[in-house]
Amino acid sequence: MSPVIAFHGVGLTYPGPPPVPALLPVDLRVERGEFVTIVGPSGSGKSTFLNVAGLLDRPSSGRYVLDGVDTGALKDAERTAVRGSRIGFVFQAFHLLAHRGALENVELGMLYGGLPRRERAERARAALVRVGLGHRLHALPTTLSGGERQRVAIARALAPRPALLLCDEPTGNLDTATAADVLDLLDELHAAGMTVMLITHDPQVAARGTRTLTIRDGLLTEQAYA
Amino acid sequence: MTGLHAEPEVAPSVPKSRLRMRDLLTEAAAGMLQRPARSVLTALGTVLGVGTFVAVLGLTATATGQIDERFNELTATEIGVDDTGGTNAAMLPLAFTPDADARVRALNGVTGAGVYWPVRLPTGATVRAAPVGRDAGGQPVQVVGASAGLLPAAGATFAEGRAWDTFHDSRAEQVAVIGEGTAARLGITTLETQPAVFIGDVPFTVVGILADTERKADLLLSVLIPRTTAEKIWGPPEDGKRAAMLVTTELGAARQVADEAPYALRPDHPDYFTTIPPPDPRTLRDNVTSDLGTLFLLLAGICLVIGAVGIANTTLVAVMERTGEIGLRRALGARGRHIAGQFLAESAALGALGGLVGTSLGTIAVVTTSAARAWTPVVHPATVAAAPAIGLLTGLLAGLYPSWRASRIEPVEALRR
Repeated sequence: MSPVIAFHGVGLTYPGPPPVPALLPVDLRVERGEFVTIVGPSGSGKSTFLNVAGLLDRPSSGRYVLDGVDTGALKDAERTAVRGSRIGFVFQAFHLLAHRGALENVELGMLYGGLPRRERAERARAALVRVGLGHRLHALPTTLSGGERQRVAIARALAPRPALLLCDEPTGNLDTATAADVLDLLDELHAAGMTVMLITHDPQVAARGTRTLTIRDGLLTEQAYA
Repeated sequence: MTGLHAEPEVAPSVPKSRLRMRDLLTEAAAGMLQRPARSVLTALGTVLGVGTFVAVLGLTATATGQIDERFNELTATEIGVDDTGGTNAAMLPLAFTPDADARVRALNGVTGAGVYWPVRLPTGATVRAAPVGRDAGGQPVQVVGASAGLLPAAGATFAEGRAWDTFHDSRAEQVAVIGEGTAARLGITTLETQPAVFIGDVPFTVVGILADTERKADLLLSVLIPRTTAEKIWGPPEDGKRAAMLVTTELGAARQVADEAPYALRPDHPDYFTTIPPPDPRTLRDNVTSDLGTLFLLLAGICLVIGAVGIANTTLVAVMERTGEIGLRRALGARGRHIAGQFLAESAALGALGGLVGTSLGTIAVVTTSAARAWTPVVHPATVAAAPAIGLLTGLLAGLYPSWRASRIEPVEALRR
């Protein structure tokens, strides 16, 4: 079985002048079912790594194979489709549509995947039940607590059945107790077989992963954060 | 590069993201409904523009309809035939034959015909009610020689008595019909006294007093005598006051009859006559429409442009506001064209909605105005059908630039917010 993420010398240097090496070339394999955390201080290249791994940005060097698909050869439209179908994003700021209910927000995750409307609704309902929000299907995000909002966002990421759950500081906007709940949920999902990659600046959060990588000054290493 | 990482290479044949039309419309509708007040304000420009458009076209059509009404059944069915005599005018003072009425009446579509001319009286001759005594208040009274067909063709109604007929005409009887006003001035109030009028020194028995006529109202101020009598006593019409004929027709037959009449009257010399057909209602309408319409349509156009700028501006602001949402949608697999399509659909829907409301308001304006003026409201169906489409087009055009901007937003930038 192919790894979920395979970086072969993937790096990103923003063209200058002067050229800024935001992510130094790196080899990386993330196998199916891993819970990888990436930790680093702000300005270390976390965002660049997230953008490259999440197909939001193209690397300037190397080859990135995601879930068996060589993304370097893809046209923009295909990259967009791969991003939509293989990666589930969870953001620090949740990015929920304020005027749509929880169910509609989750359905949005499958809007561009070509699924029939009925199936989208069924999957969205199942995903919300899965994250423990079966009782708040039609609540507007404004009426939800921060933890609940992040659960809706996680449900939205899960519903399209992605190969990778890519979380960017998912607990950054939450208090400690709620953050722990969300991390427990990620643990559960991982235990159920989901590949999770979590990017954070917080070593304690990073410690929840089964494998922790450190990024500093654009260099990604397999060392624990120090 | 090989060896260490030997994962199977999958040829990149990825199905592209897609967005069903129904989903696109649902998203657009949700986008509009999340800010209902703003959507209404945005659509207001189109409402005004399209409303003005419909109101202008409707009111113009309505006003034109009123002018058409003034151009009524009477004028549309009346033809004048002038005796010009052609090149033989000097030798031929009267080109109408004695049976001219019958000749024209034989034409299909003709309902009445009569010849008349102002009688040439000797100088000093006046119209009086007695051989000596007062005349009609000093004002000269027009004496008209007419064939028997004239009064029926003119739609004359009588206060008393009757018109003379072909019998009097053929025998050149000295009978007269006078208008009510002239009769009063001559001191004639009733026919029971069997009054007479003296034209110069020639006595005429008054057989009828005219109450009114539908056409040729000047007959009411005249004394009418049979044409043969006039010709026998005073001769044919003088030069410059030649005879003419009034022909009335069925609706729609006027122009045809006008072409045929000269040939019916004088097959040997149709060139002796010129006919005056009724004005063509279409030319009349065109004249009116072109004056009014252009200016107001320009005004409606300006309103539409303002409406379009309004939509463009609001949509652009919405795009900026919803940058985060755009970034999210891109991360969830939306392509740039899906984003553009959504915003384009939103602005087009706002335009179409504004167009619909504007059409309704415009139509109401036309109906209200017509009701206040007691007019018949006229709105062309094509106007009503085209107006919402114009609104849609306005919205579509207005949404082009903001949508393009939205589609160019980079998800990386958008998600950083």
